[in-house]
Amino acid sequence: MKAGTRFLIGAGVIVAAVAWLMVQGVRETGVFYLTPTELATKVASDSTFYDLGIKVGGAKVVPGSVVRNEVSRQIDFQMSDGQQMYPVSYRGLVPDTFTDASDIEVIVEGHLGRDGVFHATEVLAKCGSRYEAAAEEEARRV
Amino acid sequence: MTFLGTFALWTALLVGLWGAVVAFSGRWQWQPVLERSVTRSVYAVWFAVAVAAFALFRGLYAHDFNIEYVWAYTARNLPDVFIATAFWAGQKGSLLLWALVLTLFASLAQFLTPRRYAPLLPYVAGVTQAVAVFFIAVMLLAANPFERLPFTPLDGRGLNPQLQNPGMIIHPPLLYLGYISFTIPFAFAVAALLSRRLDTGWIFAIRKWSLVSWLFLSAGITVGMWWAYVELGWGGYWAWDPVENASLLPWLTMTAFLHSVMIQEKRGMLKRWNLTLVVATFLLTIFGTFLTRSGVIASVHSFTQSPVGWYFLGFLVIAGIFAYTLLHTRWPELAPEAELQSMLSREAAFLFNNLLLVGIAFSVLWGTMFPIISELVKGTKITVGPPFFNRVNVPLGLLLLALTGIGPLIAWRRASRANLRRQFTVPLAVGLLTFAASLVAGIRELYPLVTVTLAGFVGAAIVQEFGRGVRARMRMYGDSITTALARLVGRNRRRYGGYIVHVGILCYCVAFAGMAFRTDLEATLKPGDSISLASPFGHTWTFTHTGVSQYKDANRYVSAAALRLGREGKDMGLMTAEKRQHFTLEDGVEMKSFEASTEVGLRSDLREDVYVVFEGVVNGTEEAKYRFTINPLVWWVWFGGIVLVIGGLITMWPGGGGPVAPNRKVAATVAQPASAQPLEALRDA
Repeated sequence: MKAGTRFLIGAGVIVAAVAWLMVQGVRETGVFYLTPTELATKVASDSTFYDLGIKVGGAKVVPGSVVRNEVSRQIDFQMSDGQQMYPVSYRGLVPDTFTDASDIEVIVEGHLGRDGVFHATEVLAKCGSRYEAAAEEEARRV
Repeated sequence: MTFLGTFALWTALLVGLWGAVVAFSGRWQWQPVLERSVTRSVYAVWFAVAVAAFALFRGLYAHDFNIEYVWAYTARNLPDVFIATAFWAGQKGSLLLWALVLTLFASLAQFLTPRRYAPLLPYVAGVTQAVAVFFIAVMLLAANPFERLPFTPLDGRGLNPQLQNPGMIIHPPLLYLGYISFTIPFAFAVAALLSRRLDTGWIFAIRKWSLVSWLFLSAGITVGMWWAYVELGWGGYWAWDPVENASLLPWLTMTAFLHSVMIQEKRGMLKRWNLTLVVATFLLTIFGTFLTRSGVIASVHSFTQSPVGWYFLGFLVIAGIFAYTLLHTRWPELAPEAELQSMLSREAAFLFNNLLLVGIAFSVLWGTMFPIISELVKGTKITVGPPFFNRVNVPLGLLLLALTGIGPLIAWRRASRANLRRQFTVPLAVGLLTFAASLVAGIRELYPLVTVTLAGFVGAAIVQEFGRGVRARMRMYGDSITTALARLVGRNRRRYGGYIVHVGILCYCVAFAGMAFRTDLEATLKPGDSISLASPFGHTWTFTHTGVSQYKDANRYVSAAALRLGREGKDMGLMTAEKRQHFTLEDGVEMKSFEASTEVGLRSDLREDVYVVFEGVVNGTEEAKYRFTINPLVWWVWFGGIVLVIGGLITMWPGGGGPVAPNRKVAATVAQPASAQPLEALRDA
């Protein structure tokens, strides 16, 4: 067999391995990225969306809804995209950008319990227009 | 000043446009005056952009808050050093920095390129002018840094505190330098295609440029990791965030190019592949800018939606079509001069190295774009995060690490049994010994075990290469061991500099593997309370909270929590971790600016980092909320970065070194730089 052909076979193996790793990776680690409204529509039509790993974006913290328990680090708040509101329950560290002010956008990862509460394992926050500059610098990093 | 700035930008735009149009018209080929005009327009544009940059600096230092940009990114109480940071902190200023650096590089490319490549230069000027015109046009149309406000505010909004860090002064410019300098290799590639001078000439002309680019990008990424580590407070240095991925993508293809180009120099193979890599790298730098500025992908970093991003998409599409057409029409002229002879050859090792690097790049691109791809295909956004990237890239990265050891050991063309035995016996034995040692040390996790084993193998391979070279010199010239080492590296800078870079990469890999063993703990402590955390190295750290102090600094209020550290009962000193609230003065009244920011407490040694985040106090008392993390081997990332930069600098150092000696006839119009290297002959003996 010519070396070129052998190389092509080797290359094929690598390409197949990369493809396989990617497909498996997406299947096993991919999470749905939905807005609260989309999430509500999904669970209404398909109850398997309860307890499924989901990321919720396009939502804002409802101003004044944040309840922090300083000792147990429990944080409860409401998030809403203007149409659909979900209470969120989270325990742990939140970024500095997460506050009770208005216009704080959040991305929350976790699952929606059958009690209608979103149990978050991760909370990311970004501020809206008021501190646009802050976010802008970040975008400039590249 | 704003008039001067805007005027300078318009001048730069028109002159640049002239340069690009004349260069691409080809008229200069018959009129030497036009040729001179094209190359000189490059210097003129640089000068005009430099004037604009000066104008913005003046505005920033004079606190002219009537300029919207100055108001948006500085304040009166901002320390002077960070005014420089403010220059590129925002969209508009960073575009100006980009244009400034691009035109500077374009001028240097005209000025420094040896005369033998002169026929390529007008085309190069055309490409760099076209890119510069794009950046200047975006500024003038959509993001003019000299825009004025209808009134003059008393004070500015101030600079994001997370950017008030020394790392942030150098991180963005380093990345920019990496991104922007790659325009020059791209310009030479296009010049070669346009002029149909498709021999190895353009490859030699850009060797230094592609190394410069790679080095800046590597350093920029590493400093960015350091910044994220000490400033963002989440405990790690790499999160597979889209913005981070955007900087990694061109780095991967650039790394592939730096390797595959050696095969073209040596064997005349891979011409099409190399051109494709150069084009792909350039497009990825533009793509990264588009990704981070358009807001199409949600990221913790890039949140603002800005129309500027779409200009970049437009530019990306046009540049892509242009490059594709060029490559397509020249394809038949780029046939390889040789064929792969054996799978057991350095060529094959390099080919697989390239395949893996591009495979990793593809999977990173795919994962980053997956929300968009899945929405287009399935109608639902699905995101993938760090688990996806680690799952796919760790095995591929380990294969690549193995090739780092194999590549330099194996012979060109076809490795004989004797060559294999002679080269691989020692490194393989060392690899096996490392494996056994790690098992004894108690490492049981698969990936860290493989990483350490491969690190032993690759490390031994590099040491063996140095050892053989030094011994040969000592025998042949009677040098002492140190002279032999210095001369060996000095006379073969590219080869041994490359090995030193590999040592740097090894350090990174081992450090990454160390992160598999990180441990953390969250706790709320009253003054006097202690808590313990076991290190993966077997000892125990004790943290005793001593109290919280609050004070005011130049432009911020600081709450500092103090801790006493103990290791196995031994006192290891005090540590503080801070929470800062920045403010600006409005009519003499202090106003909060930005959210509170975190300043981590860090104690670093060769084995592990103790990383402490102070999250705040409980209800105004001195009871403090903490997160403690033990991050093993982090120091090795920064050390690896330094080694890599030193290695890269050696490779690039002017004189000496020279290209991989071609052992075939170069059918080139370009003379081969002659370099007498007695050791070249020894290399594959």
